[in-house]
Amino acid sequence: MSNISTTSHPINATPAKSRRPLFFATLAIIIFLIPLIPGIPVYWITLLDNIGLAALVAIGLILLTGVGGMTSFGQATFCGFAAYTTAVLCAYHGMSPWLSLFIAVAVTMLAAIVLGIITVPLSGHFLPLGTLAWGIAIFYLFGKLDFLGRNDGITPVPPLSIGSYQFFDSRSIFYVIWVFVIIAVFMTSNLLDSRTGRAIRALRGASSAAESFGVDTTRTKLIVFVYAALLAAISGWLYAHMQRAVNPTPFGVGASIEYLFMAVAGGAGHPAAAIFGAAFVTLLKEILTRLLPFLFGGQAHFEEVVFGIVLVLILQKSRMGLWPLVERLLPQPADPVIDRSAPALSQRPQPEAGRKILDLKMVRKQFQGLVAVNDVSFSIKAGEIAGLIGPNGAGKSTTFNLVTGTLPLTSGEIRYLDERIDGLSPRQIAARGIARTFQHVKVLTDMSVLDNVALGAHLRGSAGVASASLRLDRKEEAQMLAEAARQIERVGLGEHMHKQAGSLALGQLRILEIARALCLDPSLLLLDEPAAGLRHFEKQQLSALLRQLRSEGMTVLLVEHDMGFVMDLTDHIVVLDFGTKIAEGTPAEVSKHPAVIQAYLGADA
Amino acid sequence: MDSTILLFLLQDGITNGALYGLLGITTVLVFAVTRIIFVPQGEFVTYGALTLALLDTGRVPGTVWLLIGFGVVAFFVELWMSRHDLDARRIIRETLTKIILPCLIALAVIWLAPMKLPPWANLLITLAIITPMGPYLYTIAFRPVAEASVLTLFIVAIGVHLSMQGLGLVFFGAEGLRATPLSTLSLPVGPLVVTGQTLSIYILTLVTMAALTYFFNKPLFGKALRATAINRLGARLVGIRTSLSGAIAFVLAAIIGALTGALSAPMTTIYYDTGFLIGLKGFIAAIIGSLASYPLTVIAALAVGVAEALASFYASQFKEVIVFTLIIPVLVWLSLSSHHVEEEEE
Amino acid sequence: MSDLLLSIRDLYVSYGKVEAVHGVSIEVPRGEIVTVIGANGAGKTTLLNAAMGILPARGSIEFEGRNILRQPVEDRVGGGMTLVPERRELFATMPVEDNLLLGGFLISSSERARQLEEVFVRFPRLKERRRQLAGTLSGGERQMLAMGRALMAKPRLLMLDEPSLGLAPLIVADIFSIIRDLRSAGVSILLVEQNARAALRVADSAYVMELGEITLQGKAAELAADPKIVETYLGLATH
Repeated sequence: MSNISTTSHPINATPAKSRRPLFFATLAIIIFLIPLIPGIPVYWITLLDNIGLAALVAIGLILLTGVGGMTSFGQATFCGFAAYTTAVLCAYHGMSPWLSLFIAVAVTMLAAIVLGIITVPLSGHFLPLGTLAWGIAIFYLFGKLDFLGRNDGITPVPPLSIGSYQFFDSRSIFYVIWVFVIIAVFMTSNLLDSRTGRAIRALRGASSAAESFGVDTTRTKLIVFVYAALLAAISGWLYAHMQRAVNPTPFGVGASIEYLFMAVAGGAGHPAAAIFGAAFVTLLKEILTRLLPFLFGGQAHFEEVVFGIVLVLILQKSRMGLWPLVERLLPQPADPVIDRSAPALSQRPQPEAGRKILDLKMVRKQFQGLVAVNDVSFSIKAGEIAGLIGPNGAGKSTTFNLVTGTLPLTSGEIRYLDERIDGLSPRQIAARGIARTFQHVKVLTDMSVLDNVALGAHLRGSAGVASASLRLDRKEEAQMLAEAARQIERVGLGEHMHKQAGSLALGQLRILEIARALCLDPSLLLLDEPAAGLRHFEKQQLSALLRQLRSEGMTVLLVEHDMGFVMDLTDHIVVLDFGTKIAEGTPAEVSKHPAVIQAYLGADA
Repeated sequence: MDSTILLFLLQDGITNGALYGLLGITTVLVFAVTRIIFVPQGEFVTYGALTLALLDTGRVPGTVWLLIGFGVVAFFVELWMSRHDLDARRIIRETLTKIILPCLIALAVIWLAPMKLPPWANLLITLAIITPMGPYLYTIAFRPVAEASVLTLFIVAIGVHLSMQGLGLVFFGAEGLRATPLSTLSLPVGPLVVTGQTLSIYILTLVTMAALTYFFNKPLFGKALRATAINRLGARLVGIRTSLSGAIAFVLAAIIGALTGALSAPMTTIYYDTGFLIGLKGFIAAIIGSLASYPLTVIAALAVGVAEALASFYASQFKEVIVFTLIIPVLVWLSLSSHHVEEEEE
Repeated sequence: MSDLLLSIRDLYVSYGKVEAVHGVSIEVPRGEIVTVIGANGAGKTTLLNAAMGILPARGSIEFEGRNILRQPVEDRVGGGMTLVPERRELFATMPVEDNLLLGGFLISSSERARQLEEVFVRFPRLKERRRQLAGTLSGGERQMLAMGRALMAKPRLLMLDEPSLGLAPLIVADIFSIIRDLRSAGVSILLVEQNARAALRVADSAYVMELGEITLQGKAAELAADPKIVETYLGLATH
């Protein structure tokens, strides 16, 4: 919105294609060539095998912890579920390992769903503590159950085989492991770069905003949780057939902490960071266990000491992990290409002007003893700009939260186009065409402006995890990005489209939230203090935009303290004080109303 | 099961519970001031117990070298962090508190240890060795990331735990030790016998609980310490030295930890990793106490101790499984009842 | 020189590698209200944070003639300056009264009790709500509490960052009349505001900050009449 006069970059110009995919492809080929190096010691190959196994778990953890914000101390447990399942099936029942892969993964995912349903709703630090609790409990359980061989475990587990060829040595299983790793990196980065990916990224720091745009955050959390468990399951299955034995030790909390260490060391920037994290930790451990006894003689237990110190140092010096250091050496990723020719997303018809679009009847909200909204009734007609004003704490934002379903009503009813919407979830209300912005900006600062705005179009797409990770969602994704770009330009943020949202000023972020709300294709737009932090000039631009939206048939309800702005723009004003409606009418009527002057405007307004 | 066995189990559970309670209280204390979920508290217990046990045998405990090491590292970290406004006064102060002090303590211990002093004197020496480690540790590991999120601090705490447990193994070896009792008192109570040792643990737990509850809720200084955790910038803006708050919390944590260790060392054999296992259960109690209430934490700790004692009687195989599974419904309940805004927990 | 309470000269402040304030000089004479107006992101908050010692800076900051550039925040509070930050930074889970008492952390307990009475006289609303948790207050009450807490330290210089942001017109008027009262009570004020109209009305002198630099300065009344200021920051009076 600001600096609209400066020339904006031609957005349509195709950006230079990034060489980054080429880089990753080359890296994959190099990895596959390593075992073919003549004379390379088996020991090195074994190390790479271990790195690959750990990387699989760490990729899931990066998605879960780094991106989704759920710290898990239980990933090794999921490896254990799969490893024990395949060990029991193959060692005791003679099943083929390839067949048992599916059963092992299924058992683990089932366990993950059960544990996830308990864990995922936990808030704040309760979540990692929860994973710690079941991680420890299940570890002890592995060691106590007779049919899992108690502390001795199960041995021997047959190796993987195709026909008569057995993947016995580290060299042959190397390819199996790394094919899985590369597929996992590929699918995970696809997933992040999609409709579902935006929803996952919103879990951390903007989950209530995501709910208001139709994201089922609990379900999304569960999806990420199970996805991470699936990768851990594959790792556990491979481990059982590579070691050809299972016992509880590698599935304890110690191992889980190590995986977490890898994810932290790698950083959350990219799924491939997991490989760096896994390599770093595995090699560090190897060096420490071999080098330290050599230096200090005798006991080899300095490794734990150094391990802890390195973990602390990484967190102190580079909280983003090692990936930013690696990334500096890589080709820059290209800005996403916006396909202007993508067919527009379908739009809902706007209700006929003058029809009652929103109707509140005796709406009441009580927090324990405190009445925040006290039997308030008012209605808004389609195609008008309405204002909701009143002193701080009068219940304006609470009213917004009641209309959008973020808070449940104590009593009363709310109708939207004759349909009762009180009692519906924020997602259901969003689906009916009500979009909002927030008083305290809820934007993902480390995501681009484009992706932030595209989150608003969540309900206008349908691609899920499977189609996203296999890249079958590109047509729909192009439509969504084109829509987001259109709305960004419309509100005047075009030149900031590919910047990180965090680099924008607060006033611009409020405008970004309007673009995001427009992406929902709303009939009713709720704006909470949209002009706060804008300069006079910028406020005029915002007014013009809102007038234009009105002329297109959209209805706007806004909360705002800038009386010049409100009086100038709105058709109809409702005034609240202490949760009670004290006045209602045109701007001219309201500004002369004695109760309003006394409670809100003051004498000299 | 007859009532005598039940009584024995209860006594056992309460004694262990009191120990867990001490660790739980300290977890709450450190969290209330610094937002750190202080996993390594168990290591202070181990260090305290093993230091006392070694002093009993007239040997110089390895912790004195650890103390000097911690001091020296903390000295350099301190200088590095304040490199922009270093002056002579500051360097002298840091040298005195972080280099000279631990060296003096070490010299004193080397001189006193072979004299095989009575248990109470050894207890004081143990406290002198362990207490300064608290603030040194805070300076080294936590002060540089004091503003980080609870989760980052938690992972740092786990790193510190790994290192300290590893150092415990290096300095004390894998073998367990046991100290001589501080008191030989024993009171018969019905079929049970209450020893002076267990009595002292009960008293320590109750006194610490009461003192901390008072300290953090009544005097302004205690409130200021809590304010540090609630809003660090806000605390600085009213003139509270937030790094000092952290150091004070760690001094208290180290003292309580060392005392806990010293009092439990005569009752059970302590290994280098015993502290962590006790700590985990204290930790559970602290979580049940919402990381906020001292009395609730102690009650929860007693419940954990009793549950564990009963579980070990009925299903000794599954003792740990039961204890750790029991905490999950508690977490769910706590999470639902706390109106936690995750947006703020970035 | 002696009537100069705060003197900032040639101040540079950076966030990481990005420099946000480039060579800014500002003076606050004793007993005056000085305001800094400017757009979002112009560096006003950064300037205040550096003046308070929350952010490291290069240049010179003198308070009552002493160079305090290297002083930590805590010492500046003790020295007689306090900041009411944009985000208030209250102790949300503590009652109003504890928030205020902690504001007087560095003064003696008898002074603290007297100061508390004074703050309660100035903000009767806070007295009514003394047992309520700070986190449950409304926006206006929070701003009052933040100001009250800063006044508990008996500052000679009070720095206010966007005190009117997000507040209803009547409360904004309240806040500005309190600012006027404080000046009469001998507290000097450095005020950063988006509400340029109200700020210029209350201030003695003013600075305009744009993109990290001071672009205009002068008597508040003169700036309020400057056509450029009117166009960008004030607009034509619409009410």
